[in-house]
Amino acid sequence: MKYELVIGLETHVELSTDSKLFCSCGGHSSPKEPNDCVCPACCGMPGMLPVTNKHAIELAVKAGFMLNCKINQYTTFDKKSYYYPDLPCAYQITQWFHPICVDGSVQIGERTIGIKQIHVEEDAGKLVHDEATNTSFVDYNRTSVPLIEIVSRPDFRSSDEVIAYLKNLKSSLQFAGISECEEGAMRCDVNISVRPEGSNELGVRSEIKNMSSLSEIKDAIEFEKVRHIDAIERHTEMLVQETRRWDDVKRRTFPMRNKETAADYRYFPDPNLMPIVIDDEWLAEIRASMPATADEKAMHYESMGIAAKEAAVLSSDRKLADTFDAVVATGRSPKVVASWILTECMGQMKRLELDSLDIEPAKLARIIELVESGEITRAAGKKVLSAVFENGVEVDAYCEENKLNAKVDEGFILETVRKVIAENEKVVADYKGGKVKALQALFGSVMKELRGTGSPDVIRAMLEKELN
Amino acid sequence: MFYINEINAAGKIAVDDTILIKGTPATAGSKMLANFKPLFSAEAVEKLEKAGYAIAGKANVGEFGLDLMGETSASGAVTVNGALAGAGAALVADGKVKAALGVDLNGAPRRAAAVAGVDFIKPTYGTVSRYGVIACACSGEQIGVTAANADDAKEILTVIAGHDAKDGTSLPAEKYDYSTSEDVSAMKIAIAKDLYDAADADVKAKIDAYAEALKAKGASVEVISLEIASQAQTAWQILMAAETTNNLSRFDGVKYGYRAADYKNIDELYVKSRSEAMGFLAKATIIYGSDVLAKAKYEKCYDKSLRIRRIVCDKAKEIFAKYDAILAPAASKAEFKPYDTADAFEKVFAESFFTAVPSITGMPAMVTKGVQLMADSFKESVLLSIAKSVEV
Repeated sequence: MKYELVIGLETHVELSTDSKLFCSCGGHSSPKEPNDCVCPACCGMPGMLPVTNKHAIELAVKAGFMLNCKINQYTTFDKKSYYYPDLPCAYQITQWFHPICVDGSVQIGERTIGIKQIHVEEDAGKLVHDEATNTSFVDYNRTSVPLIEIVSRPDFRSSDEVIAYLKNLKSSLQFAGISECEEGAMRCDVNISVRPEGSNELGVRSEIKNMSSLSEIKDAIEFEKVRHIDAIERHTEMLVQETRRWDDVKRRTFPMRNKETAADYRYFPDPNLMPIVIDDEWLAEIRASMPATADEKAMHYESMGIAAKEAAVLSSDRKLADTFDAVVATGRSPKVVASWILTECMGQMKRLELDSLDIEPAKLARIIELVESGEITRAAGKKVLSAVFENGVEVDAYCEENKLNAKVDEGFILETVRKVIAENEKVVADYKGGKVKALQALFGSVMKELRGTGSPDVIRAMLEKELN
Repeated sequence: MFYINEINAAGKIAVDDTILIKGTPATAGSKMLANFKPLFSAEAVEKLEKAGYAIAGKANVGEFGLDLMGETSASGAVTVNGALAGAGAALVADGKVKAALGVDLNGAPRRAAAVAGVDFIKPTYGTVSRYGVIACACSGEQIGVTAANADDAKEILTVIAGHDAKDGTSLPAEKYDYSTSEDVSAMKIAIAKDLYDAADADVKAKIDAYAEALKAKGASVEVISLEIASQAQTAWQILMAAETTNNLSRFDGVKYGYRAADYKNIDELYVKSRSEAMGFLAKATIIYGSDVLAKAKYEKCYDKSLRIRRIVCDKAKEIFAKYDAILAPAASKAEFKPYDTADAFEKVFAESFFTAVPSITGMPAMVTKGVQLMADSFKESVLLSIAKSVEV
């Protein structure tokens, strides 16, 4: 019998706000000492009251627009109670009764994935376990950092669809400035069941909690698929509805302790936070502040003469697109800039194993300008770029120090050309004997001697003149 | 013991120990917070200090302010001549301070004022910031003022009322008009029969005397039935206990406050710390509050209580469309003797029959000369005017 997967996702994303959801501590996480971004409110001290971060609400509404949701103009915050040391108040403020966005959808290729809801909530802190002393420490830096949870409908039928959706989500969220989606800042719970193809009934559901890497998610889904089908066909086990976790070392899922999952969270509306009413005017303001989506960006790039494939890559990543936009804005040709970013910069990123492009647009613009005007050679340009990536050097100072200026003294170039001819009698003889390709070898030697500084056209002309 | 901490012998304002003063230990009457030093002061305290009022000390309160009037404090109950007394009210009655700030979450400062024969005003919810109050029932608790007379109560309330951006439920007005008039001849007062009937004879006598005094001033006095009182009592019990359960859950022995000496794991740390540090009434409230919030009961308990709150508000508005104020007992007795701990939950519930309508509606109430006056939201002036007219 043929089976199909039925998968729904709950995706947690950290919002790009300057401060936390209910206090004025710094917002989305960046490396810090433990507990240096906390205040009495996010430490759960008595007497403090939550005050909602308006920007977080606006970002959540933006996410709703992006995923074609209905925005609930009356939305509330509710308390979810459970005891855990990383949760200082022993409750999490979330949205249970009136989530901010509902009933959306997103197109993944031919498939439409339904979005059940998006709600805003605060993150928990972090526990650090010290095995040596058998002690746990609490870090509240992440406590109360704003998140949205995007809950899809069970509309996925394969792990590939899930991955395509998450990639699309990530780039769209980055584009709209909703989330940086940094490593670990996007976490997924996967609800998965298996049923005979064509059936309308749902099978027994497993929930795999808290995964953040795409490969982990894909592997976990594939593992669960096999486990479920084996259980149905070969009765290897009795499937029960349960929460599981993915073990990346053992490469399989394990059931979580029942205690961790059978909680009654005792939701009720938070009396300290008045319902939020998003009036038409505020809604229109938020809509007007929406930046172009990745798709719109790609179309815009194509209209600038960028090939479709290159436009797609540039628009898929916010850092690439932002750098591209900034460099083009300095007056450089879009096609040239695209080539520098997609070939040279991405080459450097690969060489240095960087996840994202991090270069000052002004520096890249200056390098391109110098190469385009012939002041340095393309090879020298690459050399500067490499130094900028490695050490963040200043472009002009670096060219000066390393004598990269292409307009070096022509007398010096001639001297070098003569020297190379004198040292390579055999190659010169080959060339004179009719081997045209030998000229290229001589050219390479001259370039090497000049460390890439001389203008290639000048060198080639001098070589030909000296040899004939 | 009246004071948990004496701050300034020359100070003129006592502050309940459920209200924070920066650097001064705040126990909220619980062993759980025996060593807790807050990092900031309550907004009401800040406003008083800015206005030049020195704080005398932290007044002893019942554990988290949940009891009748201070009898469950970890530092020991406050009694005067063998009867229960609230520390703040007793200090005012003794003339030790001009006024005391108290948190009215389930009527404790109202009962204490009635017993001590001083005034207490609980203003409209949202007019005095709750920032810096060790929270229990956020949707109804409110800082109020105990004072020897209506003028003093008005003076202090004027200072502490006004918008505070740090409290999301704080109303927008920067200042409130509490101007009074001793002419109450045009006022229509309603005696709440249900509450009157449930009180002891000596309490009834106080109401009768007050009604006569008002009539002598030309006010009209009628008797009405206040059926919403028992609905308010049950619904407020549910809301109050649920919110208290949730707010007290942060006292878990992990971050600050009491931690049990021996524990094998985190669950034991929680259970032992809370079991050892909290008293019977706090535990009973937590168990009750957990139960009404359970998934299976939410609809018919908490959610229903929210609906009842709205109905009670509507009905109260109807009454206040016809009458300027309701006159009623603040408690069933004129004096309370210490009682068995095991009775605490039922005792407090029974007494909340008299105090629950203002608690659940957020409407203002005032205790004066051993009686309680209730008025519509923002009608503190009506309460202060009536109180003043009878006091002079």
